[in-house]
Amino acid sequence: MHGDFLTQALVYLAAGVVTVAAAKKLGLGSVLGYLIAGALIGPFALNLTGEAEDVMAFAEFGVVILLFLIGLEVRPALLWSMRKTIFGLGGAQVVATALAIAGASMIFGLPWPTALAAGLVLAMSSTAIVLQTLDEKGLRQGPVGRAAFGVLLLQDLAIIPLFALLPLLATGPVQLTSDTHSTSLVADLPAWMQALAVLAAVGAVVGGGRFVVRPVFRFIAQSRLREIFTATSLLIVVGVALLMQIVGLSPALGAFLAGVVLAESEFRRELETDIEPFRGLLLGLFFITVGATIDFGLILREPLLLIGLVLGLMALKFVVLFALARVGGASNRLAATVAVALAQGGEFAFVLLTFTVGAGVISQPLADLLTAVVAVSMAMTPLTVIVYEKILTFLDRKNPTESIADPTFEEEDAEPDIIIAGFGRFGQVTGRLLMANGFKSTVLDADIEMIDLLRRFGRRVHYGDATRLDLLRQAGAERARMLIVAIDDQEKAAELVERAREAFPHLTILARAFDRRHAYDMLANGADAVERETFEGALAMGVTALKSLGFRAHRAHRAADYFRRHDLRTFEELRPMWGQTEAYMLASRDAAQTMDRLLAADLATMKPGAADGWDPSGRDEDQREAAEQEGPARPA
Amino acid sequence: MEPEGREPSVLVVFAHPALERSRANTVLAGAARDAAGVRFHDLYETYPDFVIDVEAEQRKLLAHQVIALQFPMYWYSTPALMKEWLDLVWLHGFAYGKGGDRLKGKQLFVACTTGGPAQAYHKRGYNRFTMEEFLRPLEQTAALCGMTWENPYVVHGARLKDDAHIQGEADRYRARLEGLAASARETV
Repeated sequence: MHGDFLTQALVYLAAGVVTVAAAKKLGLGSVLGYLIAGALIGPFALNLTGEAEDVMAFAEFGVVILLFLIGLEVRPALLWSMRKTIFGLGGAQVVATALAIAGASMIFGLPWPTALAAGLVLAMSSTAIVLQTLDEKGLRQGPVGRAAFGVLLLQDLAIIPLFALLPLLATGPVQLTSDTHSTSLVADLPAWMQALAVLAAVGAVVGGGRFVVRPVFRFIAQSRLREIFTATSLLIVVGVALLMQIVGLSPALGAFLAGVVLAESEFRRELETDIEPFRGLLLGLFFITVGATIDFGLILREPLLLIGLVLGLMALKFVVLFALARVGGASNRLAATVAVALAQGGEFAFVLLTFTVGAGVISQPLADLLTAVVAVSMAMTPLTVIVYEKILTFLDRKNPTESIADPTFEEEDAEPDIIIAGFGRFGQVTGRLLMANGFKSTVLDADIEMIDLLRRFGRRVHYGDATRLDLLRQAGAERARMLIVAIDDQEKAAELVERAREAFPHLTILARAFDRRHAYDMLANGADAVERETFEGALAMGVTALKSLGFRAHRAHRAADYFRRHDLRTFEELRPMWGQTEAYMLASRDAAQTMDRLLAADLATMKPGAADGWDPSGRDEDQREAAEQEGPARPA
Repeated sequence: MEPEGREPSVLVVFAHPALERSRANTVLAGAARDAAGVRFHDLYETYPDFVIDVEAEQRKLLAHQVIALQFPMYWYSTPALMKEWLDLVWLHGFAYGKGGDRLKGKQLFVACTTGGPAQAYHKRGYNRFTMEEFLRPLEQTAALCGMTWENPYVVHGARLKDDAHIQGEADRYRARLEGLAASARETV
């Protein structure tokens, strides 16, 4: 009965909605929520999923989109600066982990080729789970995220030689002469031609992104067809993924490359917002299917073996990566965080295992076992991260001197006047003004490099995701007078305002808003005052423009003052209507007209010859009369 | 003409919140700007937001022998920013009071325009007092600071005069400023 599409969609969506919401409430994070959802509806529990494999193939596209979006954030220069991490740490991780696992497997009696194959397959980590988890913890942008991403990127690269290498390790009978799992059309060609094809494909992506995609987007943008823009964005991602598959590269890697190429284009933002929803849904679906593949039958039959293997795998991967990161100069904290994040097996393992079975390298029962191990290790990751965080918090409390991956609050910080969440371009200016005027403040920011820098200048800055209430509490929210929300993630900012308002009703909450809509949301969530982040800057630019156009400085200044007053008035007037979209649209159109009128009025009053207190031309007549009279005039 | 390398000895501190609307003051300000031995300092242009740099202003005052205040008369007084400038720059301990002798021996010269005609500034005119009387607060400011009060230059009924008339006023004003500059140079 579960073949039909709507029923399937209903099952997946319902499971996702319920468990993810519950997991979030319990502080477990969305990844774990999805995985639990998958396990629940999977064949080993409720058995509501149909062709889970089909769904999985579809859902893996979520990973491709994820990598594309990440590529959009990585300018080529940034990628270049990461080369050491990618090839140094990443390369060493794959080799060392593979050898370590192979060694361990041989101790368990596997022949060396099988052991090596298992090692290579299990050396991979899960891009989707790692990045999503780091994202939720606010760690993806910092050094932890960069190191983890570098390693993941190399693993993606390593897939290509792996497909070539693994068949050489064949011990058993080769079941399939031509590999049906790889859709690579060039697999049968000689190596140099394959290499050529790969180079050509990469060249096509780079060149296409530069010279074809941009004009196409410009054309579509002019046509103002929103959904065509979205469709084109998806078309690019799908096209690149397919192209990469044809030449035997990882589709995710290709999508990442395409993202990097487009990172500097003017359409970056739009691409991001258009594709973002697909990423969320498909990744969710992907996690659900991973959850559904967990073979509880196998686990129940051999629980100890499985638990032992999972723990062994994760411990091995942790130790290897931790050691390598330490050798590479990372601090204990950084190395441990990266190693914890990457300690699981990856989704590539599923593909590779099927492939190795086909190539006669690994036997079917072993592959089944390893698949279960990988799936369980993936599911364990969000949990281990939570446990890891708890350990860190505990350590910090015991030894509050050294810390970077989690905040500590020294005694003097215990009673700040103000807590500033987010110390980037916006928070810095506000914060410096307040500090310069003698207010004690605690700063929370999620960018470790920024924190290091500020600490060197003796500022009290702490690492942490301010949306976490426990961090706010530790930062002194119970006794502080004010919370300034200056983080640039719009949703997080709104979430923080809402939570802080609920948990600390006494706080005055000032919030940085992205735009008018966001500002209304923040007010609705309980902010006492908002500031649209670009408003004052834009106004100041207007003043500079007016002056350059010949306005006297004071006139330009007053023009901006008038403008600000009017804009703030309409902002307040429209506030009650916020939420009723129709009414708001109408009213804001009206406001635009008001603005026209105001500007016209401004123009009229500022014209030479107009009357006001500085320019009493209205009295000219009186005075002319007075002047014409003989002798002193009487008062007018 | 001003000899090369010579620092101007007259500082014209000018205040008009809406110069673009005042024909007379635009011409008079131009005359001051062009006058030899004169530094022209436009308050509303320098401090459109009223945030006055006190130290910079005091340095300017110290660097000149003659301080000239040029402004349109609003409600029998200076425009708001010039009052703010006096309040914040002419400080106790700098301009007056204990140790406040830094402006002593300098000259204070006022040049102002009025909307009303000359005869309004008369005991029986509608303004009931003479210009001399309306300028008393500034005159006393000079006295308190140990400065010499120069005879003010007043242009009445500025809005009513034709261009030629105003140009004549501007030429006379410029001559007056250059005279002050020349004599100040001799005394120094």
